[in-house]
Amino acid sequence: MIRIDQLTKAYEHAGSRTVVLDSLDFEVGRGEIAAVVGRSGAGKSTLAQCVTLLELPTSGSVIVDGVDLTASSERDLRTARRAIGTIFQSDGLFSRRTAAENVALPLEFLGVTPAESRARVAELLERVGLGDKARHYPHQLSGGQRQRVGVARALALRPRVLLSDEATSGLDPESTQSILGLLRELRDDLDLSILLITHEMEAVREIADTVARLEAGRFTERGRVVDLLQDQSSQLGADLQPQRASAAAADGQVALLATYGSPDVPADWLARVSAELGEPVGLLGAAVEVVDGTTVGTVTVGVPASHADAARDALARLGIQTRRDADPLPLLNDDEIETAA
Amino acid sequence: MSAAAVNPNIVPLDQIPGLLLPALGDTALMVGITMVIVVLFGVPIGALVHNTGRGGLYENRALHLASGWIVSLGRSLPFLILMAAIIPFTRLITGTNIGIPAAVVPMSIAGIAFFSRIVENALRSVPAEYTTIARAAGASRLQVIRTAQLAEAIPSLVGGLTINTIAMIEYSAIAGTIGAGGIGYVAVTYGYQRFDTRVMLATIVLLVVLVALVQLTGDRIARRLTPRLRFLQGAGTRSTSPAQTPSPVSLPAAPSS
Repeated sequence: MIRIDQLTKAYEHAGSRTVVLDSLDFEVGRGEIAAVVGRSGAGKSTLAQCVTLLELPTSGSVIVDGVDLTASSERDLRTARRAIGTIFQSDGLFSRRTAAENVALPLEFLGVTPAESRARVAELLERVGLGDKARHYPHQLSGGQRQRVGVARALALRPRVLLSDEATSGLDPESTQSILGLLRELRDDLDLSILLITHEMEAVREIADTVARLEAGRFTERGRVVDLLQDQSSQLGADLQPQRASAAAADGQVALLATYGSPDVPADWLARVSAELGEPVGLLGAAVEVVDGTTVGTVTVGVPASHADAARDALARLGIQTRRDADPLPLLNDDEIETAA
Repeated sequence: MSAAAVNPNIVPLDQIPGLLLPALGDTALMVGITMVIVVLFGVPIGALVHNTGRGGLYENRALHLASGWIVSLGRSLPFLILMAAIIPFTRLITGTNIGIPAAVVPMSIAGIAFFSRIVENALRSVPAEYTTIARAAGASRLQVIRTAQLAEAIPSLVGGLTINTIAMIEYSAIAGTIGAGGIGYVAVTYGYQRFDTRVMLATIVLLVVLVALVQLTGDRIARRLTPRLRFLQGAGTRSTSPAQTPSPVSLPAAPSS
Protein backbone atom coordinates (compact mmCIF):
# COMPACT_ATOMS: atom_id res chain seq x y z
CA MET A 1 0.00 0.00 0.00
CA ILE A 2 1.24 3.47 -0.79
CA ARG A 3 -0.01 6.67 0.76
CA ILE A 4 0.86 10.22 -0.24
CA ASP A 5 0.34 12.66 2.55
CA GLN A 6 0.08 16.42 1.96
CA LEU A 7 2.67 16.19 -0.79
CA THR A 8 3.84 19.62 -1.88
CA LYS A 9 6.56 20.47 -4.34
CA ALA A 10 7.56 24.07 -4.94
CA TYR A 11 10.46 25.56 -6.78
CA GLU A 12 12.06 28.80 -5.74
CA HIS A 13 13.53 30.75 -8.56
CA ALA A 14 14.79 34.33 -8.46
CA GLY A 15 12.65 35.13 -5.44
CA SER A 16 9.42 33.78 -6.94
CA ARG A 17 7.87 30.55 -5.78
CA THR A 18 6.18 28.16 -8.17
CA VAL A 19 4.01 25.50 -6.60
CA VAL A 20 3.93 22.46 -8.87
CA LEU A 21 2.19 20.07 -6.50
CA ASP A 22 -0.13 21.50 -3.88
CA SER A 23 -0.85 19.42 -0.76
CA LEU A 24 -1.79 16.22 -2.56
CA ASP A 25 -3.30 13.33 -0.64
CA PHE A 26 -4.04 9.94 -1.97
CA GLU A 27 -3.79 6.30 -1.29
CA VAL A 28 -3.43 3.21 -3.42
CA GLY A 29 -4.56 0.14 -1.53
CA ARG A 30 -3.01 -3.29 -1.85
CA GLY A 31 -4.06 -4.92 -5.08
CA GLU A 32 -5.48 -1.67 -6.36
CA ILE A 33 -4.72 0.21 -9.55
CA ALA A 34 -5.04 3.96 -9.23
CA ALA A 35 -4.67 6.33 -12.13
CA VAL A 36 -3.66 9.97 -12.16
CA VAL A 37 -4.59 11.75 -15.36
CA GLY A 38 -3.87 15.26 -16.50
CA ARG A 39 -2.64 17.39 -19.35
CA SER A 40 1.05 17.91 -19.83
CA GLY A 41 2.21 20.58 -17.44
CA ALA A 42 -0.32 19.59 -14.80
CA GLY A 43 2.46 18.23 -12.59
CA LYS A 44 2.19 14.54 -13.48
CA SER A 45 5.88 13.96 -14.06
CA THR A 46 6.83 15.92 -10.95
CA LEU A 47 4.40 13.76 -9.01
CA ALA A 48 6.06 10.65 -10.45
CA GLN A 49 9.50 11.92 -9.49
CA CYS A 50 8.38 12.78 -5.98
CA VAL A 51 6.75 9.39 -5.47
CA THR A 52 9.95 7.63 -6.54
CA LEU A 53 11.95 10.14 -4.49
CA LEU A 54 14.08 11.19 -7.41
CA GLU A 55 12.89 14.64 -6.43
CA LEU A 56 12.47 15.40 -2.77
CA PRO A 57 9.07 16.85 -1.90
CA THR A 58 9.14 20.31 -0.37
CA SER A 59 6.83 18.98 2.32
CA GLY A 60 4.61 16.00 2.93
CA SER A 61 5.49 12.34 2.84
CA VAL A 62 5.42 9.17 0.79
CA ILE A 63 4.48 6.17 2.92
CA VAL A 64 4.81 2.59 1.68
CA ASP A 65 3.37 -0.15 3.90
CA GLY A 66 3.45 2.18 6.88
CA VAL A 67 7.07 3.25 6.40
CA ASP A 68 7.74 6.89 5.67
CA LEU A 69 10.23 6.96 2.79
CA THR A 70 10.87 10.67 2.79
CA ALA A 71 14.28 10.40 4.37
CA SER A 72 17.07 12.88 4.06
CA SER A 73 20.36 11.06 3.53
CA GLU A 74 21.33 9.84 0.08
CA ARG A 75 21.84 6.34 1.45
CA ASP A 76 18.39 6.21 3.02
CA LEU A 77 16.83 7.52 -0.16
CA ARG A 78 18.53 4.80 -2.17
CA THR A 79 17.02 2.17 0.13
CA ALA A 80 13.65 3.91 -0.05
CA ARG A 81 13.64 3.99 -3.84
CA ARG A 82 13.95 0.20 -3.88
CA ALA A 83 10.50 -0.11 -2.31
CA ILE A 84 8.92 1.25 -5.48
CA GLY A 85 9.41 -0.20 -8.95
CA THR A 86 9.16 2.25 -11.80
CA ILE A 87 8.23 1.67 -15.42
CA PHE A 88 9.25 4.60 -17.57
CA GLN A 89 7.67 6.11 -20.64
CA SER A 90 10.42 5.15 -22.98
CA ASP A 91 11.40 1.66 -21.90
CA GLY A 92 14.82 3.09 -21.01
CA LEU A 93 16.69 -0.12 -21.61
CA PHE A 94 20.46 0.29 -21.67
CA SER A 95 21.46 -0.23 -25.28
CA ARG A 96 24.67 -2.12 -24.55
CA ARG A 97 23.04 -4.64 -22.23
CA THR A 98 20.96 -7.65 -23.17
CA ALA A 99 17.41 -8.03 -21.90
CA ALA A 100 18.69 -10.21 -19.04
CA GLU A 101 21.48 -7.77 -18.15
CA ASN A 102 18.98 -4.93 -18.10
CA VAL A 103 16.67 -6.79 -15.75
CA ALA A 104 19.68 -7.59 -13.57
CA LEU A 105 20.59 -3.90 -13.07
CA PRO A 106 18.73 -3.27 -9.80
CA LEU A 107 20.08 -6.56 -8.42
CA GLU A 108 23.58 -5.54 -9.44
CA PHE A 109 23.20 -2.20 -7.65
CA LEU A 110 22.03 -4.01 -4.55
CA GLY A 111 25.02 -6.34 -4.66
CA VAL A 112 23.18 -9.62 -5.22
CA THR A 113 25.48 -12.52 -6.10
CA PRO A 114 25.63 -13.35 -9.82
CA ALA A 115 24.17 -16.83 -9.33
CA GLU A 116 21.22 -15.55 -7.35
CA SER A 117 20.74 -12.72 -9.81
CA ARG A 118 20.69 -15.09 -12.79
CA ALA A 119 17.96 -17.20 -11.25
CA ARG A 120 15.84 -14.19 -10.39
CA VAL A 121 16.30 -12.64 -13.84
CA ALA A 122 15.26 -15.85 -15.59
CA GLU A 123 12.18 -16.02 -13.40
CA LEU A 124 11.29 -12.38 -14.12
CA LEU A 125 11.71 -12.68 -17.87
CA GLU A 126 9.58 -15.81 -17.78
CA ARG A 127 7.00 -13.85 -15.79
CA VAL A 128 6.67 -11.19 -18.50
CA GLY A 129 6.61 -13.78 -21.27
CA LEU A 130 10.11 -13.19 -22.62
CA GLY A 131 11.92 -16.23 -21.32
CA ASP A 132 13.36 -16.89 -24.76
CA LYS A 133 14.62 -13.36 -25.33
CA ALA A 134 17.11 -13.14 -22.45
CA ARG A 135 20.14 -12.69 -24.68
CA HIS A 136 18.54 -10.25 -27.10
CA TYR A 137 19.68 -6.65 -27.15
CA PRO A 138 17.04 -3.89 -26.93
CA HIS A 139 17.28 -3.09 -30.65
CA GLN A 140 16.34 -6.69 -31.43
CA LEU A 141 13.06 -6.40 -29.53
CA SER A 142 9.78 -4.75 -30.49
CA GLY A 143 8.49 -1.74 -28.56
CA GLY A 144 6.07 -3.88 -26.59
CA GLN A 145 8.74 -6.45 -25.78
CA ARG A 146 11.13 -3.74 -24.62
CA GLN A 147 8.49 -2.35 -22.30
CA ARG A 148 7.96 -5.87 -20.93
CA VAL A 149 11.65 -6.00 -20.11
CA GLY A 150 11.16 -2.62 -18.40
CA VAL A 151 8.35 -4.14 -16.34
CA ALA A 152 10.55 -7.10 -15.40
CA ARG A 153 13.31 -4.72 -14.33
CA ALA A 154 10.86 -2.71 -12.20
CA LEU A 155 9.88 -5.94 -10.43
CA ALA A 156 13.43 -7.15 -9.80
CA LEU A 157 13.61 -6.06 -6.17
CA ARG A 158 10.12 -7.36 -5.32
CA PRO A 159 8.61 -3.92 -4.72
CA ARG A 160 5.17 -3.59 -3.10
CA VAL A 161 4.35 -0.65 -5.30
CA LEU A 162 4.67 -0.22 -9.03
CA LEU A 163 4.68 3.21 -10.63
CA SER A 164 3.88 3.35 -14.30
CA ASP A 165 4.96 6.72 -15.62
CA GLU A 166 3.27 7.01 -19.03
CA ALA A 167 4.47 3.47 -19.67
CA THR A 168 2.18 2.88 -22.63
CA SER A 169 2.36 6.34 -24.18
CA GLY A 170 4.80 5.51 -26.93
CA LEU A 171 3.31 2.15 -27.85
CA ASP A 172 0.99 1.03 -30.60
CA PRO A 173 -2.55 -0.01 -29.53
CA GLU A 174 -1.78 -3.73 -29.52
CA SER A 175 1.36 -3.37 -27.40
CA THR A 176 -0.51 -1.01 -25.09
CA GLN A 177 -3.19 -3.66 -24.60
CA SER A 178 -0.59 -6.32 -23.87
CA ILE A 179 1.28 -4.15 -21.34
CA LEU A 180 -1.96 -3.16 -19.60
CA GLY A 181 -2.96 -6.81 -19.50
CA LEU A 182 0.39 -7.64 -17.96
CA LEU A 183 -0.02 -4.96 -15.30
CA ARG A 184 -3.44 -6.29 -14.38
CA GLU A 185 -2.07 -9.81 -14.15
CA LEU A 186 0.78 -8.67 -11.91
CA ARG A 187 -1.65 -6.84 -9.68
CA ASP A 188 -3.76 -9.97 -9.36
CA ASP A 189 -0.84 -12.36 -8.83
CA LEU A 190 1.47 -10.28 -6.68
CA ASP A 191 -1.11 -8.10 -4.93
CA LEU A 192 0.78 -5.00 -6.02
CA SER A 193 -0.39 -1.45 -5.60
CA ILE A 194 -0.07 0.16 -9.00
CA LEU A 195 -0.01 3.88 -9.59
CA LEU A 196 -0.70 4.66 -13.22
CA ILE A 197 0.31 8.11 -14.38
CA THR A 198 -1.05 8.64 -17.84
CA HIS A 199 -2.91 10.88 -20.22
CA GLU A 200 -4.60 7.97 -21.98
CA MET A 201 -8.22 7.59 -20.91
CA GLU A 202 -8.42 4.19 -22.61
CA ALA A 203 -5.74 2.88 -20.27
CA VAL A 204 -7.64 4.21 -17.26
CA ARG A 205 -10.89 2.63 -18.43
CA GLU A 206 -9.08 -0.57 -19.19
CA ILE A 207 -7.39 -1.31 -15.87
CA ALA A 208 -7.75 1.40 -13.24
CA ASP A 209 -9.99 1.04 -10.19
CA THR A 210 -9.81 4.69 -9.22
CA VAL A 211 -8.81 7.81 -11.06
CA ALA A 212 -7.90 11.34 -10.08
CA ARG A 213 -7.45 14.31 -12.35
CA LEU A 214 -4.45 16.49 -11.65
CA GLU A 215 -4.79 20.08 -12.74
CA ALA A 216 -2.28 22.80 -11.90
CA GLY A 217 -0.90 20.73 -9.04
CA ARG A 218 -4.21 19.85 -7.42
CA PHE A 219 -6.66 16.99 -7.71
CA THR A 220 -9.78 18.56 -9.18
CA GLU A 221 -11.85 15.41 -9.45
CA ARG A 222 -11.42 11.87 -8.27
CA GLY A 223 -13.39 8.73 -7.68
CA ARG A 224 -13.92 5.13 -8.70
CA VAL A 225 -13.84 4.75 -12.46
CA VAL A 226 -17.21 2.96 -12.61
CA ASP A 227 -18.88 5.61 -10.47
CA LEU A 228 -17.50 8.46 -12.54
CA LEU A 229 -18.65 6.84 -15.75
CA GLN A 230 -22.19 6.68 -14.41
CA ASP A 231 -22.15 10.16 -12.95
CA GLN A 232 -23.66 12.38 -15.59
CA SER A 233 -22.54 15.54 -13.85
CA SER A 234 -18.88 14.56 -13.84
CA GLN A 235 -16.60 16.12 -16.43
CA LEU A 236 -13.94 13.50 -15.72
CA GLY A 237 -16.61 10.85 -16.21
CA ALA A 238 -17.49 12.42 -19.55
CA ASP A 239 -13.85 12.47 -20.60
CA LEU A 240 -13.53 8.86 -19.62
CA GLN A 241 -16.38 7.83 -21.88
CA PRO A 242 -15.19 5.99 -24.95
CA GLN A 243 -15.47 8.25 -27.96
CA ARG A 244 -15.62 7.39 -31.61
CA ALA A 245 -16.22 9.44 -34.70
CA SER A 246 -19.70 9.11 -36.13
CA ALA A 247 -21.41 9.53 -39.48
CA ALA A 248 -23.46 12.61 -40.30
CA ALA A 249 -27.23 12.55 -39.84
CA ALA A 250 -29.37 12.05 -42.95
CA ASP A 251 -31.51 14.88 -44.35
CA GLY A 252 -34.40 15.67 -42.07
CA GLN A 253 -32.72 13.96 -39.15
CA VAL A 254 -30.77 15.31 -36.23
CA ALA A 255 -27.94 13.58 -34.40
CA LEU A 256 -28.26 13.03 -30.68
CA LEU A 257 -25.26 12.20 -28.55
CA ALA A 258 -26.38 9.76 -25.91
CA THR A 259 -24.25 8.49 -23.05
CA TYR A 260 -25.01 5.83 -20.50
CA GLY A 261 -23.20 3.87 -17.89
CA SER A 262 -25.75 2.31 -15.63
CA PRO A 263 -26.62 -1.36 -15.25
CA ASP A 264 -30.30 -0.31 -15.42
CA VAL A 265 -30.18 0.65 -19.09
CA PRO A 266 -31.77 -2.19 -21.07
CA ALA A 267 -29.57 -3.71 -23.74
CA ASP A 268 -32.28 -3.23 -26.37
CA TRP A 269 -32.78 0.48 -25.67
CA LEU A 270 -32.35 1.46 -29.29
CA ALA A 271 -35.21 -0.76 -30.45
CA ARG A 272 -37.36 0.42 -27.55
CA VAL A 273 -36.91 4.09 -28.38
CA SER A 274 -37.60 3.37 -32.02
CA ALA A 275 -40.80 1.54 -31.12
CA GLU A 276 -41.91 4.27 -28.76
CA LEU A 277 -41.40 6.99 -31.37
CA GLY A 278 -42.94 4.96 -34.12
CA GLU A 279 -40.07 6.20 -36.26
CA PRO A 280 -36.84 4.50 -37.24
CA VAL A 281 -33.83 5.54 -35.17
CA GLY A 282 -30.54 5.42 -37.04
CA LEU A 283 -27.24 4.44 -35.50
CA LEU A 284 -24.51 6.89 -36.56
CA GLY A 285 -21.71 5.99 -34.23
CA ALA A 286 -21.16 3.97 -31.10
CA ALA A 287 -18.48 3.14 -28.59
CA VAL A 288 -19.66 0.65 -26.03
CA GLU A 289 -17.38 -0.98 -23.50
CA VAL A 290 -17.64 -2.98 -20.34
CA VAL A 291 -15.87 -1.44 -17.36
CA ASP A 292 -15.89 -3.51 -14.19
CA GLY A 293 -18.95 -5.41 -15.35
CA THR A 294 -20.95 -2.32 -16.26
CA THR A 295 -21.75 -1.46 -19.85
CA VAL A 296 -20.79 2.11 -20.66
CA GLY A 297 -21.31 3.77 -23.99
CA THR A 298 -21.30 6.90 -26.03
CA VAL A 299 -23.71 6.50 -28.90
CA THR A 300 -24.75 8.89 -31.63
CA VAL A 301 -28.24 8.25 -32.97
CA GLY A 302 -30.08 9.94 -35.83
CA VAL A 303 -33.76 10.74 -35.24
CA PRO A 304 -36.25 12.67 -37.39
CA ALA A 305 -35.93 16.35 -36.55
CA SER A 306 -39.63 16.54 -35.74
CA HIS A 307 -39.24 13.86 -33.10
CA ALA A 308 -36.08 15.12 -31.46
CA ASP A 309 -37.71 16.21 -28.21
CA ALA A 310 -39.75 13.05 -27.94
CA ALA A 311 -36.63 11.00 -28.54
CA ARG A 312 -34.78 12.81 -25.79
CA ASP A 313 -37.63 12.16 -23.39
CA ALA A 314 -37.80 8.52 -24.35
CA LEU A 315 -34.06 8.12 -23.88
CA ALA A 316 -34.16 9.87 -20.53
CA ARG A 317 -36.85 7.48 -19.33
CA LEU A 318 -34.52 4.59 -20.12
CA GLY A 319 -31.72 6.20 -18.12
CA ILE A 320 -29.82 7.54 -21.09
CA GLN A 321 -28.67 11.12 -21.11
CA THR A 322 -28.37 13.27 -24.17
CA ARG A 323 -25.68 15.63 -23.17
CA ARG A 324 -25.28 19.34 -23.60
CA ASP A 325 -21.64 19.61 -22.69
CA ALA A 326 -20.29 16.75 -24.75
CA ASP A 327 -17.49 17.58 -27.15
CA PRO A 328 -18.61 17.49 -30.74
CA LEU A 329 -17.30 14.37 -32.35
CA PRO A 330 -14.89 14.82 -35.23
CA LEU A 331 -17.14 13.77 -38.10
CA LEU A 332 -19.99 16.03 -37.06
CA ASN A 333 -20.41 19.74 -37.42
CA ASP A 334 -21.26 21.59 -34.27
CA ASP A 335 -24.76 22.48 -35.42
CA GLU A 336 -25.62 18.89 -36.15
CA ILE A 337 -25.39 17.94 -32.52
CA GLU A 338 -28.62 18.51 -30.71
CA THR A 339 -28.08 19.24 -27.09
CA ALA A 340 -30.61 18.48 -24.42
CA ALA A 341 -31.76 21.07 -21.98
CA MET B 1 72.62 7.13 -55.62
CA SER B 2 73.39 10.72 -56.42
CA ALA B 3 72.12 12.02 -53.11
CA ALA B 4 74.68 9.89 -51.24
CA ALA B 5 77.43 11.35 -53.35
CA VAL B 6 76.51 14.94 -52.48
CA ASN B 7 75.74 14.37 -48.81
CA PRO B 8 78.22 12.30 -46.78
CA ASN B 9 75.85 12.13 -43.77
CA ILE B 10 73.19 10.26 -45.65
CA VAL B 11 72.00 6.98 -44.13
CA PRO B 12 72.47 3.99 -46.46
CA LEU B 13 69.18 2.37 -47.48
CA ASP B 14 69.87 -0.88 -45.66
CA GLN B 15 70.40 0.94 -42.39
CA ILE B 16 67.10 2.81 -42.45
CA PRO B 17 65.08 -0.05 -40.84
CA GLY B 18 67.69 -0.33 -38.09
CA LEU B 19 67.25 3.36 -37.45
CA LEU B 20 63.46 3.46 -37.60
CA LEU B 21 62.52 0.31 -35.70
CA PRO B 22 64.00 1.35 -32.33
CA ALA B 23 62.51 4.80 -32.94
CA LEU B 24 59.12 3.20 -33.49
CA GLY B 25 59.59 1.34 -30.20
CA ASP B 26 60.36 4.61 -28.41
CA THR B 27 57.29 6.25 -29.89
CA ALA B 28 55.11 3.32 -28.86
CA LEU B 29 56.56 3.46 -25.34
CA MET B 30 56.00 7.20 -25.00
CA VAL B 31 52.47 7.08 -26.38
CA GLY B 32 51.65 3.91 -24.42
CA ILE B 33 52.72 5.28 -21.04
CA THR B 34 51.04 8.58 -21.79
CA MET B 35 47.75 6.97 -22.77
CA VAL B 36 47.60 4.90 -19.57
CA ILE B 37 48.05 8.08 -17.54
CA VAL B 38 45.56 9.92 -19.76
CA VAL B 39 42.83 7.32 -19.22
CA LEU B 40 43.48 7.08 -15.48
CA PHE B 41 43.06 10.83 -15.03
CA GLY B 42 40.94 11.84 -18.01
CA VAL B 43 37.97 9.56 -17.25
CA PRO B 44 37.41 10.78 -13.67
CA ILE B 45 38.00 14.41 -14.64
CA GLY B 46 35.63 14.17 -17.61
CA ALA B 47 33.00 12.50 -15.42
CA LEU B 48 33.49 15.21 -12.80
CA VAL B 49 33.05 18.04 -15.30
CA HIS B 50 29.95 16.34 -16.69
CA ASN B 51 28.31 15.56 -13.36
CA THR B 52 28.97 18.89 -11.70
CA GLY B 53 27.08 20.55 -14.57
CA ARG B 54 23.37 21.42 -14.57
CA GLY B 55 21.22 18.46 -13.64
CA GLY B 56 24.33 16.38 -12.93
CA LEU B 57 24.70 13.95 -10.05
CA TYR B 58 26.92 16.33 -8.11
CA GLU B 59 25.57 19.61 -9.45
CA ASN B 60 27.99 22.30 -8.30
CA ARG B 61 28.37 25.42 -10.35
CA ALA B 62 31.66 26.57 -8.87
CA LEU B 63 33.34 23.21 -9.24
CA HIS B 64 31.95 22.80 -12.75
CA LEU B 65 33.29 26.14 -13.89
CA ALA B 66 36.65 25.64 -12.18
CA SER B 67 37.23 22.16 -13.59
CA GLY B 68 36.02 23.29 -17.01
CA TRP B 69 38.43 26.21 -17.00
CA ILE B 70 41.41 24.10 -16.00
CA VAL B 71 40.66 21.65 -18.77
CA SER B 72 40.24 24.47 -21.28
CA LEU B 73 43.53 25.98 -20.18
CA GLY B 74 45.30 22.70 -20.86
CA ARG B 75 43.57 22.47 -24.23
CA SER B 76 44.34 25.99 -25.36
CA LEU B 77 48.15 25.98 -25.22
CA PRO B 78 49.98 24.78 -28.33
CA PHE B 79 51.91 21.67 -27.34
CA LEU B 80 55.35 23.11 -28.05
CA ILE B 81 54.65 26.05 -25.73
CA LEU B 82 53.08 23.86 -23.05
CA MET B 83 56.14 21.63 -23.17
CA ALA B 84 58.51 24.55 -22.67
CA ALA B 85 56.33 26.26 -20.09
CA ILE B 86 56.14 23.31 -17.70
CA ILE B 87 59.84 22.36 -17.80
CA PRO B 88 60.27 23.18 -14.07
CA PHE B 89 57.33 20.90 -13.24
CA THR B 90 58.67 18.17 -15.52
CA ARG B 91 62.06 18.40 -13.85
CA LEU B 92 60.41 18.25 -10.42
CA ILE B 93 58.67 15.01 -11.31
CA THR B 94 61.21 13.21 -13.45
CA GLY B 95 64.44 14.92 -12.43
CA THR B 96 65.30 15.60 -16.06
CA ASN B 97 64.13 17.71 -18.94
CA ILE B 98 65.23 15.48 -21.79
CA GLY B 99 64.41 11.99 -22.94
CA ILE B 100 61.28 9.86 -22.79
CA PRO B 101 60.36 10.53 -19.15
CA ALA B 102 60.57 14.26 -19.79
CA ALA B 103 58.31 13.93 -22.83
CA VAL B 104 55.69 11.86 -21.04
CA VAL B 105 54.92 14.64 -18.54
CA PRO B 106 53.81 17.37 -20.99
CA MET B 107 52.22 14.76 -23.27
CA SER B 108 50.15 13.46 -20.33
CA ILE B 109 49.04 16.93 -19.32
CA ALA B 110 47.96 17.83 -22.85
CA GLY B 111 46.40 14.39 -23.30
CA ILE B 112 44.46 14.49 -20.03
CA ALA B 113 42.95 17.85 -20.94
CA PHE B 114 42.06 16.53 -24.38
CA PHE B 115 40.57 13.29 -23.12
CA SER B 116 38.63 14.95 -20.31
CA ARG B 117 36.70 16.90 -22.92
CA ILE B 118 36.18 13.78 -25.00
CA VAL B 119 34.83 11.94 -21.95
CA GLU B 120 32.57 14.85 -21.03
CA ASN B 121 31.27 14.97 -24.58
CA ALA B 122 30.71 11.21 -24.72
CA LEU B 123 28.80 11.26 -21.43
CA ARG B 124 26.64 14.10 -22.65
CA SER B 125 25.52 12.01 -25.61
CA VAL B 126 24.28 9.20 -23.35
CA PRO B 127 20.52 9.64 -22.78
CA ALA B 128 20.02 11.45 -19.47
CA GLU B 129 17.12 9.14 -18.66
CA TYR B 130 19.59 6.29 -18.10
CA THR B 131 20.82 8.19 -15.06
CA THR B 132 17.24 8.63 -13.81
CA ILE B 133 16.51 4.97 -14.36
CA ALA B 134 19.62 3.81 -12.54
CA ARG B 135 18.85 6.10 -9.60
CA ALA B 136 15.27 4.86 -9.46
CA ALA B 137 16.64 1.31 -9.42
CA GLY B 138 18.60 2.14 -6.28
CA ALA B 139 22.06 2.86 -7.68
CA SER B 140 24.60 4.88 -5.73
CA ARG B 141 26.06 7.82 -7.57
CA LEU B 142 29.26 5.97 -8.40
CA GLN B 143 27.21 3.04 -9.68
CA VAL B 144 25.24 5.44 -11.84
CA ILE B 145 28.44 6.88 -13.35
CA ARG B 146 29.84 3.43 -13.97
CA THR B 147 26.80 1.62 -15.38
CA ALA B 148 24.46 4.30 -16.73
CA GLN B 149 27.06 6.72 -18.04
CA LEU B 150 30.51 5.27 -18.73
CA ALA B 151 29.41 1.78 -19.72
CA GLU B 152 26.86 3.14 -22.17
CA ALA B 153 29.40 5.60 -23.59
CA ILE B 154 32.07 2.97 -24.21
CA PRO B 155 31.83 2.98 -28.02
CA SER B 156 32.24 6.74 -28.21
CA LEU B 157 34.94 6.61 -25.52
CA VAL B 158 36.86 4.15 -27.66
CA GLY B 159 36.39 6.46 -30.63
CA GLY B 160 37.74 9.32 -28.53
CA LEU B 161 40.61 7.21 -27.29
CA THR B 162 41.55 6.56 -30.92
CA ILE B 163 41.61 10.26 -31.74
CA ASN B 164 43.56 10.92 -28.58
CA THR B 165 46.15 8.24 -29.34
CA ILE B 166 46.71 9.73 -32.78
CA ALA B 167 47.12 13.18 -31.27
CA MET B 168 49.67 11.73 -28.85
CA ILE B 169 51.63 10.17 -31.73
CA GLU B 170 51.76 13.64 -33.21
CA TYR B 171 52.83 15.18 -29.87
CA SER B 172 55.50 12.51 -29.47
CA ALA B 173 57.01 13.68 -32.74
CA ILE B 174 57.09 17.24 -31.39
CA ALA B 175 58.55 15.95 -28.14
CA GLY B 176 61.23 14.31 -30.28
CA THR B 177 62.75 17.73 -30.77
CA ILE B 178 63.68 17.86 -27.06
CA GLY B 179 65.56 14.65 -27.48
CA ALA B 180 62.86 12.26 -26.39
CA GLY B 181 63.67 9.87 -29.21
CA GLY B 182 61.02 8.25 -31.31
CA ILE B 183 60.09 8.70 -34.92
CA GLY B 184 59.86 12.47 -34.60
CA TYR B 185 63.41 12.65 -33.35
CA VAL B 186 64.64 10.63 -36.33
CA ALA B 187 62.66 12.81 -38.73
CA VAL B 188 64.12 16.00 -37.28
CA THR B 189 67.76 14.98 -36.79
CA TYR B 190 68.25 12.84 -39.91
CA GLY B 191 65.57 14.03 -42.30
CA TYR B 192 65.50 17.72 -41.52
CA GLN B 193 68.88 18.66 -40.11
CA ARG B 194 70.93 16.37 -42.42
CA PHE B 195 68.74 16.86 -45.48
CA ASP B 196 68.26 13.09 -45.77
CA THR B 197 65.18 12.95 -47.97
CA ARG B 198 64.96 9.17 -47.87
CA VAL B 199 64.85 9.03 -44.08
CA MET B 200 62.33 11.85 -44.12
CA LEU B 201 60.13 9.95 -46.56
CA ALA B 202 60.49 6.75 -44.57
CA THR B 203 59.40 8.45 -41.34
CA ILE B 204 56.44 10.00 -43.13
CA VAL B 205 55.34 6.65 -44.52
CA LEU B 206 55.80 5.05 -41.12
CA LEU B 207 53.73 7.74 -39.38
CA VAL B 208 50.96 7.55 -41.97
CA VAL B 209 50.80 3.77 -41.66
CA LEU B 210 50.89 3.93 -37.87
CA VAL B 211 48.08 6.47 -37.67
CA ALA B 212 46.00 4.55 -40.20
CA LEU B 213 46.46 1.35 -38.21
CA VAL B 214 45.48 2.99 -34.94
CA GLN B 215 42.37 4.50 -36.57
CA LEU B 216 41.37 1.22 -38.19
CA THR B 217 41.82 -0.74 -34.97
CA GLY B 218 39.91 1.89 -32.97
CA ASP B 219 37.00 1.87 -35.41
CA ARG B 220 36.84 -1.89 -35.34
CA ILE B 221 36.84 -2.11 -31.56
CA ALA B 222 34.22 0.63 -31.26
CA ARG B 223 31.99 -1.20 -33.70
CA ARG B 224 32.40 -4.49 -31.88
CA LEU B 225 31.40 -2.80 -28.66
CA THR B 226 28.17 -1.44 -30.14
CA PRO B 227 25.56 -4.24 -30.18
CA ARG B 228 23.53 -2.58 -32.94
CA LEU B 229 26.50 -2.27 -35.29
CA ARG B 230 28.00 -5.60 -34.36
CA PHE B 231 24.96 -7.39 -35.72
CA LEU B 232 24.82 -5.33 -38.88
CA GLN B 233 28.33 -6.47 -39.75
CA GLY B 234 28.99 -9.38 -42.07
CA ALA B 235 27.09 -12.26 -40.55
CA GLY B 236 29.65 -14.90 -41.47
CA THR B 237 32.64 -13.49 -39.61
CA ARG B 238 31.05 -13.18 -36.20
CA SER B 239 28.92 -16.02 -35.06
CA THR B 240 29.01 -15.40 -31.33
CA SER B 241 25.91 -13.20 -31.30
CA PRO B 242 22.73 -14.82 -30.00
CA ALA B 243 20.73 -13.65 -32.98
CA GLN B 244 22.10 -12.34 -36.23
CA THR B 245 18.98 -10.62 -37.40
CA PRO B 246 16.74 -8.36 -35.39
CA SER B 247 13.60 -10.20 -34.49
CA PRO B 248 10.59 -9.05 -36.49
CA VAL B 249 8.50 -6.42 -34.80
CA SER B 250 5.73 -8.54 -33.49
CA LEU B 251 3.66 -8.70 -30.42
CA PRO B 252 4.92 -11.10 -27.80
CA ALA B 253 2.52 -13.86 -27.01
CA ALA B 254 0.65 -12.98 -23.86
CA PRO B 255 1.90 -15.16 -21.03
CA SER B 256 -0.68 -17.73 -20.19
CA SER B 257 -2.12 -16.99 -16.81
